[in-house]
Amino acid sequence: MTSSAKKTSFPQNVDRLLVWSLRGIAVIVGTIVLFIIGFLILESLPVFRKVGVLPFLRDTSWNPMQGVYSLTPMLISTLLVVAGAVLLAAPIGILSALFCHYYAPKPVANLYRRLLEIMSGIPGVVYGFWGLVVLVPLINRLHPPGTSLLTGILLLALLITPTIALIADASLAGVPQEYLQGAVALSLSRWGTIREIVLPAARSGLFTSIILGTGRAIGETIIVLMVCGNIVQIPSSVFEPIRTLPANIALEMDFALGDHRSALFVSGLLLMGVNLVLVLLAEAIAQEEIYHN
Amino acid sequence: MSRQNIPPSQNNPSGVPRSPATTKSDLIARSQKIAYADILLSLLVWAVAISVTAVFVWISVDIVWHGAGHLSWEFLTKEPEEAGRQGGIASILVSTGLLLSVCLGVAVPLGLGTAILLAEFTVLNNWFGRLVRRSLDMLASVPSIVFGLFGNAFFCVTLGLGFSILSGGLTLACMVLPLLIRSVEEGLRSVPHEYRLGAASLGLSRSTTLVNLLLPAAFPSLAAGLILGIGRAIAETAALMYTSGYVERMPESLLDSGRTLSLHIYSLSMNVSGGDSSAYASVVVLMILLLVTNGAAIWIGEHWLHSRIQN
Repeated sequence: MTSSAKKTSFPQNVDRLLVWSLRGIAVIVGTIVLFIIGFLILESLPVFRKVGVLPFLRDTSWNPMQGVYSLTPMLISTLLVVAGAVLLAAPIGILSALFCHYYAPKPVANLYRRLLEIMSGIPGVVYGFWGLVVLVPLINRLHPPGTSLLTGILLLALLITPTIALIADASLAGVPQEYLQGAVALSLSRWGTIREIVLPAARSGLFTSIILGTGRAIGETIIVLMVCGNIVQIPSSVFEPIRTLPANIALEMDFALGDHRSALFVSGLLLMGVNLVLVLLAEAIAQEEIYHN
Repeated sequence: MSRQNIPPSQNNPSGVPRSPATTKSDLIARSQKIAYADILLSLLVWAVAISVTAVFVWISVDIVWHGAGHLSWEFLTKEPEEAGRQGGIASILVSTGLLLSVCLGVAVPLGLGTAILLAEFTVLNNWFGRLVRRSLDMLASVPSIVFGLFGNAFFCVTLGLGFSILSGGLTLACMVLPLLIRSVEEGLRSVPHEYRLGAASLGLSRSTTLVNLLLPAAFPSLAAGLILGIGRAIAETAALMYTSGYVERMPESLLDSGRTLSLHIYSLSMNVSGGDSSAYASVVVLMILLLVTNGAAIWIGEHWLHSRIQN
């Protein structure tokens, strides 16, 4: 009895050691995000202590050297460029997904899917560079200076369209076959089937695709940094240059010191907050879906 | 059996309000409307697909057209001169490679460990597993510039690593972890349960089962996750600006600053006038690297993954 217990105790100990070291690793990995939030708050504190929270929304302009910290114009610019990109990319993405499922012959659909996969892997800096050398001069001819809200919207839309399309495509694949057979049995038109059956059934997946696309657009730095002109202002037309929050961080981290650096971490915190809200929203939609079924 | 039993939404796909009087001409008009809507949507869908493809072709042709001419063996093996206008990208490729090695050297053990714990040693709805998964979802959603801020504050300043390849690599490791973990976890979960039961009935310990049976079986998904992580890391720019820095010299150690390929493209196009042709050629190199990694991931996903698990 005792001898056999001794024999088996060795692998059990190894197992226990393994599990505990894995748990240790998981704890490290799980706390990275807390570390990030913690550091953002820690670095933001000096300026919060000095001027409080309200100046970030209420001050007249962004000039941290002079102690005015308004993030409002950049926040509005960020929201405008993201909203424009999502409004453009969401229909294109969803129509692309519909194309793959209900319109294209199978080989074409597979080819198009491969194309979307490749496009979703193209880095922001490539879109930014192409935008800078091709799109900006084109828009400049239309209405100077070319580096503008519009250019940013177009390129961000290009960036997130494949993301939206691929996720929407996956959620369309989840529409039960019986629904479609029912639609055929009722001799619904293709448009009728899509509008009345496919879109409602895939609703939550489509929303998720749009939310994930939005998240990607909000965090995108390099494209807007390259093609939007980087002037802090609330734009009055789509042809005016703007500066977004991520672009601002990238531009000023170089030389920011003291309260200025601290203020940049505040804008990082704001970005992080917006993105967390989006993640929670996506999760809430997924939850609702589970209860729905 | 009557028409009222069918839900109105399915009976009325065109969205035209039903009128009680359904004369023959009404019906014809309505079916024509449906037919028009159908054709219109078809045209729209095809137009969208064709324009997306056209934009893609436009970008690729533009890049290859301008970039391929400048590309040569010398471009790959010479160091940049005159801020990158002349010379090549040798030091930039070395920096990118070093950065990737640091990133993967840190991310792979951490990611593998977490994925094994989540897939093999945690009940699906266990609080700890849920917490870790939730935290990884949050990590995956952090914007890259925020990773840059964090990396700068933590690795460069607090740990005192300065602008260095090490700081950049560690920052990238934090970024690719969620991707890596999800892929490996899915791979482990797709290993048939009989493998574990068989191993247990032979009296193997769980660690032996893991090392000799489950990890080899899940290896393709590990490789796929790794390649996806590499792709993400090569593409990254914003997180590296203030962690690995801008210096274009050949790095001598991991504590030197090093400029990656994406940052090189950014820097050439924004800060160096007359750097466009070098930038184009660098874009071509970057795209080739990405196509190769993506292609490898797809190939592994389609061929290796299925054959390994089924055998």
